[in-house]
Amino acid sequence: MLLDWYYQMVLIRQFEETCYQLYQEKRITGVYLHLYSGQEAVGVGALAALEPRDHVITAYRDHGIALARGVDANTCMAEMMGRKTGTSGGKGGSMHLASREHNFWGGYAIVGGHIPLATGIALSDNYRGEDNVVLCFVGDGATNNGYFHEGVNMAAIWDLPVVFLIESNGYGMGTETHRASGQPELHKRAIAYGIKDGGRIDGQNVIEVHQALTDAVAYARKNGPVLIEAITYRYRGHGVSDRQYNSRLRDELTEWLENKDPIGILERYLTKKYKNIEPELKKLIDQAQRVVAASVEYAESSPVPTYEDLISNVYV
Amino acid sequence: MAQRNLPMREALRRALLEEMRRDERVFVMGEEVGYWQGTHRVTAGFIDEFGERRVRDTPISEMAIAGVAVGAAMNGLRPVAEMMTINFAFLALDAIVNHAAKIRYMFNGMFTVPLVIRAASGWGNQATATHSHTPEPIFAHFPGLYVACPATPYDAYGMLKTAIRDDNPVLFTESIALYPKPGPVPDEEYTLPVGKADIKREGGDVTLITYARGVEWCLGAAKQLAKEGIECEVVDMRWLRPLDMETALQSFRKTNRAVVVEESLPMYSFGSEIAARLQEEAFDYMDAPVKRVTAMDVPLPYAREIELMALPDVQKVINAVREVL
Repeated sequence: MLLDWYYQMVLIRQFEETCYQLYQEKRITGVYLHLYSGQEAVGVGALAALEPRDHVITAYRDHGIALARGVDANTCMAEMMGRKTGTSGGKGGSMHLASREHNFWGGYAIVGGHIPLATGIALSDNYRGEDNVVLCFVGDGATNNGYFHEGVNMAAIWDLPVVFLIESNGYGMGTETHRASGQPELHKRAIAYGIKDGGRIDGQNVIEVHQALTDAVAYARKNGPVLIEAITYRYRGHGVSDRQYNSRLRDELTEWLENKDPIGILERYLTKKYKNIEPELKKLIDQAQRVVAASVEYAESSPVPTYEDLISNVYV
Repeated sequence: MAQRNLPMREALRRALLEEMRRDERVFVMGEEVGYWQGTHRVTAGFIDEFGERRVRDTPISEMAIAGVAVGAAMNGLRPVAEMMTINFAFLALDAIVNHAAKIRYMFNGMFTVPLVIRAASGWGNQATATHSHTPEPIFAHFPGLYVACPATPYDAYGMLKTAIRDDNPVLFTESIALYPKPGPVPDEEYTLPVGKADIKREGGDVTLITYARGVEWCLGAAKQLAKEGIECEVVDMRWLRPLDMETALQSFRKTNRAVVVEESLPMYSFGSEIAARLQEEAFDYMDAPVKRVTAMDVPLPYAREIELMALPDVQKVINAVREVL
């Protein structure tokens, strides 16, 4: 299990850093590309707490969530490159990965827009008497818009099994949380909605994330919504086009990279606990590199969408 | 065939009630749809028959009414969400435009959004600037959404049933002024096709192209003009999306003159669209410039005298017809 999580985090990091590189080389050309590097433990730990029948939805920083949910790296990379073989046929792009068969309802590009969708997805299952949970990732920035308030409140009044997991990476674009939120301890907003306050957790420790989310999911399945806040950090800018990021935050970034990197934390834990595990880890890193390299090849050799694709699926 | 006279609100109520009885997946949500019996009484009695599971009173949260309904629709239900008035749908514009309308396309057909958003629309009774909108054309701007705007109880019944059964998201507007107006509705169940216009009156001299409340003004004008021997053909578009231009064009090719009548504002409007399409697609048939009758380009005021001054009516339609003849 721990090795699987390690692999997933390494895969996500490799995928994201490759995307970054491809963007610089103009092989990924879309203007929006929001990378998950640094936040891997939140996605991997949280999704490991779900069953396949449960649901997942997130915002536009969605590559890591898709991969951790088991969506094929090839189709994800093809979507980055706007290919017909992408998860959304090249029509959604980086911010709109999804997979119905994985109950991954997608990435959504309007801040907060997916939050009421999460409540609605939960409503449907609840309506049919099913007790599946919806895990809704929420950026810290989204907690200040109306969608958050309305979507969480509606889940609260109907006791719907939604886990709202705030990924507090410190910034809504470039604005620090304490400059944007009257109550910067975002999990405390649970009190205002009369729902379970799942507290604040270390989002860099995949084991802790998994434990906390296992509890939150179990609670939600039985009782109703939970709001929980994972403290994390993104290594890249808000999007790849964010130019101010590196110079402004160099010291802060170094601190997180050296001491609080989610992959590093798990690696230290594993090497301490299991003797001679290093070759095993190396193998997983190699595997992740191979998978991502293959995904680039797959994407670049895939056809681009056609006029038929342009005009299809506007309506049923 | 047996029929009875029903006010439009009762025709809508019957359609919705039958659809909920027919299909367990259909449910209603919105402000005051339950215990209040619906602000416009379209859902009167529903809470007693269906209970809180299928008749969901919501908080005053338009973003979530629309957004939650989208999520529920994606996951297999067929929500009929009510905006108490379309003025409040502006608060939900993102959920409607960026989510309801685009999700199917953005994910290349992976998801289906069989959703109806009902919204009471229009001016009247000095509701003032913020509560007097008829913004149907704004919503009809966006591909991915259907926009239905019935003018009679007969159409309201058949179109609402169609909207609920369709797998696409539909914004369904109901003119507040038309709610109490009666019209014949057959006792036997029926539906009306998506995106099909209807000739409400035949005539060979001029085509009046309109929808919803405008039908009433056009029929009123046609009746008066007929006394002078001027025969108007009244084309009720019924759906702003899909837009049945073919029916409008057929009539126009016959009369060679058109007046477009709408309750809404003049700029970037229904009238602009129809006029542009007529000249693009039937320029050779055009014997006069296309005239438009719309609300005046001002926010609506409170005082009754100037409120009415700003709005279309039968006389303004008659005046426009005289200009194109």
